[in-house]
Amino acid sequence: MTFPHRHLLGIEALRPEEITVLLDLADTYAALNRQPDKHADALAGLTQINMFFENSTRTQASFEIAGKRLGADVMNMAMQASSVKKGETLIDTALTLNAMHPDLLVVRHPHSGAVDLLAQKVNCAVLNAGDGRHEHPTQALLDALTIRRAKGRLHRLSVAICGDIAHSRVARSNIMLLGKMENRIRLIGPPTLMPAGISEFGVEVFEDMKEGLQDVDVVMMLRLQKERMDGGFIPSEREYYHRYGLDEEKLAFAKPDAIVMHPGPMNRGVEIDGTLADDINRSVIQDQVEMGVAVRMAAMDLLARNLRLTRTEAV
Amino acid sequence: MSRIAFLNARLVDPERAQVTTGGLLVEEGRIRALMPAGEPAPGDAQVIDCGLKYIAPGIVDIGVKVCEPGERHKESYRSAGLAAAAGGVTTMITRPDTTPAIDSPETLEFVTRRANEASPVRVLPMAALTKGRDGREMTEIGFLMDAGAVAFTDCDRVVSDTRVFSRALTYARSLGALVIAHPQDPGLSRGASATSGKFASLRGLPAVSVMAERMGLDRDIALVEMTGARYHADQITCARALPPLERARNNGLDISAGTSIHHLTLNALDVADYRTFFKLKPPLRDEQDRLAIAGAVNSGLIDVISSMHTPQDEESKRLPFEEAASGAVALETLLPAAMRLHHAGLIDLPVLWRAMSLNPARRMGLESGRLAKNAPADLVLFDPDAPFLMDRATLRSKSRNTPFDGARMQGRVLGTWVAGTQVFKRDR
Repeated sequence: MTFPHRHLLGIEALRPEEITVLLDLADTYAALNRQPDKHADALAGLTQINMFFENSTRTQASFEIAGKRLGADVMNMAMQASSVKKGETLIDTALTLNAMHPDLLVVRHPHSGAVDLLAQKVNCAVLNAGDGRHEHPTQALLDALTIRRAKGRLHRLSVAICGDIAHSRVARSNIMLLGKMENRIRLIGPPTLMPAGISEFGVEVFEDMKEGLQDVDVVMMLRLQKERMDGGFIPSEREYYHRYGLDEEKLAFAKPDAIVMHPGPMNRGVEIDGTLADDINRSVIQDQVEMGVAVRMAAMDLLARNLRLTRTEAV
Repeated sequence: MSRIAFLNARLVDPERAQVTTGGLLVEEGRIRALMPAGEPAPGDAQVIDCGLKYIAPGIVDIGVKVCEPGERHKESYRSAGLAAAAGGVTTMITRPDTTPAIDSPETLEFVTRRANEASPVRVLPMAALTKGRDGREMTEIGFLMDAGAVAFTDCDRVVSDTRVFSRALTYARSLGALVIAHPQDPGLSRGASATSGKFASLRGLPAVSVMAERMGLDRDIALVEMTGARYHADQITCARALPPLERARNNGLDISAGTSIHHLTLNALDVADYRTFFKLKPPLRDEQDRLAIAGAVNSGLIDVISSMHTPQDEESKRLPFEEAASGAVALETLLPAAMRLHHAGLIDLPVLWRAMSLNPARRMGLESGRLAKNAPADLVLFDPDAPFLMDRATLRSKSRNTPFDGARMQGRVLGTWVAGTQVFKRDR
């Protein structure tokens, strides 16, 4: 078995060669997705439930399309509007769903570790679509695939991750993945948006953006998570844009062929200049969205293979 | 009343800081004499051959939460008392953070009556320092003392208004009352469920710096200096808080400090994959802090080790880490966990009993905590080496939220006596 996991809860549990296996498969799905007939049947007969305890349009749509293209029966549950509001606990919800025999459960939750907890209580494969500030593995994998396709490799690159690191699960998963694949990671942001103990992560930390962007191959911008702020992490949006917003001037410090990434949705004029984001010569933001579907197809395919295998063994 | 002779024992004497071989003669609920090894028992005495196991003063545990009134399904005086007896705890100093809070003489009397009816071990209640533990108005400290309150505390709630706190301290001083506080800066620690550092960042948990504890302690020390009150810090858990504590002590302030057995035996990494039984308040610290705190217990800078017994039912723990309730039960695991410190060579037995028995008894003005003539015969007989696998299903507490579930432990209580009456005997 090349991908020996029951769930995809985070990058932390993956080995470098397993990441490569997943990305290789995702490449084939990226090719499929560009065909007029985009259908495959890897998930035929399986039920996929998307449970989003936190608002999401893009990630949920991406998982839904990925599931449908592979032939799964996909159901979306908007958990914010449902029984959670009536006081049902996460575990009760999980057990209720479990009784409906889903095969793939895609979960996003506002609390770190909530998806791990849920995974302990169900019989199906669980994919973490983002838990609190903890992990967002499919985002890191789609970023990795985008980088690999743009740069031709996923090692020995200098990658800058800029912005609200402290509140970002995207940053955590990316730091872990890029570190495992032996890249040089530079974190850029104001100290109020850096998590504690960051110096022990095996990364370089910069408060000055120009210094941090010096000769990097990849510039990864993060969304300034306004909804997560208790207030008072930065003085104002305009000062933030001045010091940490990505524009042509700051990008000039990176390598001439450096690519610009953003997990979306973007705050144009807060963390990134609108024109730059749309520059098809530098920005790979649309490729990220495209690779998102491919990576999620690959992840669900691999987990479904394991699921079928364990079920055959059980019989 | 009959006489009991404990023979052939190793006596853990926290006062003289030694372990000697010998025996004890107990009469009318008190220790009548210490007997040298080999001395025969008086003819009429009931003889207990200890088989060279250890006898120590019963544990005096400051800060036990019994969930009466309000949440008896989590812990009652009966279940807590049985757990205490099985854990070698002979005196529980109970917390007032119940629902409602124990903040009036009437509630305190209810609690005392329930405790006397139901608990096989001694129970001494603490009362809230402010009404409803809301940090606004002080309680009737005088009446509450008359009703039997041994100390005043708002438990894990910090009285953040320094004017309210300073007045309460001043008033308490005039009555000689002991105030127990939770040193923590409420602003810095708001919303936190872990100690800030690499681990909390990796797990994406909202975290607080250990500096919040230091700041809380600094503030309290200044107010104690201003008011002259008798003060005890419930849990000192980080190295950063030790220098100010030492300075305050050297300046002659009436300040004592405790720590919890969990902060002495576990660290932040034990949370692992969001194990909520390890969610405590304050959160577990890193290994350097744990070792520094063990050192401070050894040096005597930290006076008291407590269980900080906090029952939580399954529903309040089976939640995502941030939402889960804090606290762990520990009455029954306090002694075996303390033996980890003994076996690791970090803290020896007499010092452990100084912190678990002698010092808390002294601070509360009790006669217990000593192996001496005329001291109360509150005793624990234990085997520090007996190995066992901790199974939380065997706990006597109604709530079984122990972080030691499944852990290999060494050290078991064999028997417990309160005022010369056996309240626990381990079946083989």
